[in-house]
Amino acid sequence: MIWQLDLMILTLVVVCALVAINIKDLLGATVVFGIYSFLMCLLWAEMGAVDVAFTEATVGAGVSTIFFIAAILRTTRRSRD
Amino acid sequence: MRDIHEHTAGEDLIIKTSVRLMVPFIQVFGLYVIVHGHYSPGGGFQGGVILGASFILLALAFGMKTSQEYMTVSANAVLNNLGPAIFIGVGVLCTLFGGLFLDYSALDKLIPLGPVEWRSFGIFLIEVGVGVAVMSIMVLLYWNLSSGGAMDEGL
Repeated sequence: MIWQLDLMILTLVVVCALVAINIKDLLGATVVFGIYSFLMCLLWAEMGAVDVAFTEATVGAGVSTIFFIAAILRTTRRSRD
Repeated sequence: MRDIHEHTAGEDLIIKTSVRLMVPFIQVFGLYVIVHGHYSPGGGFQGGVILGASFILLALAFGMKTSQEYMTVSANAVLNNLGPAIFIGVGVLCTLFGGLFLDYSALDKLIPLGPVEWRSFGIFLIEVGVGVAVMSIMVLLYWNLSSGGAMDEGL
């Protein structure tokens, strides 16, 4: 564990999470959420939880992003709230 | 069957060619992750997601109909029942041979490999069941989400 690397990735994770919540374009939010998932994957792998990191990379960054994009194409791209 | 190997000089030639090259390697990697799940990172869930992602990639690049030719809707219905059936079946088989639910060492009475070997091999059987179930459910989720439940025309 390198705490400087931990702190850097964790800061980026928080920034990505805030952006994904606040952005109005839902497709952009999906892309930022994919980045968030991949940074979480890096964080898990860096802390030694390789199995969790693998799950996060496949499900979080891979398949769920495609599911979100497929759902957005069937609904609307702009968020109104 | 629509020919996947046909070269059409469309605007998405790069996507089609790269997907056609990538899908076999993704599927081999998914199988690797499933069968090495009990002594390295990975397992049934992750390998199943990777296998499902290969079919989703096929549907993204070549259209939903092409992916349904490689995994038909009825085969998908069979597979997503077969996965939990393998899981529950192995568990119930253990109770039938005198052990607890999912106590694989009881299967030693069925095929004498030794209880320690059976504890390792039983986890492998469970991983295969989980992998089959997760793969088919992921593909089914994508088909339903991208076509609005009609499962004919998608992304």
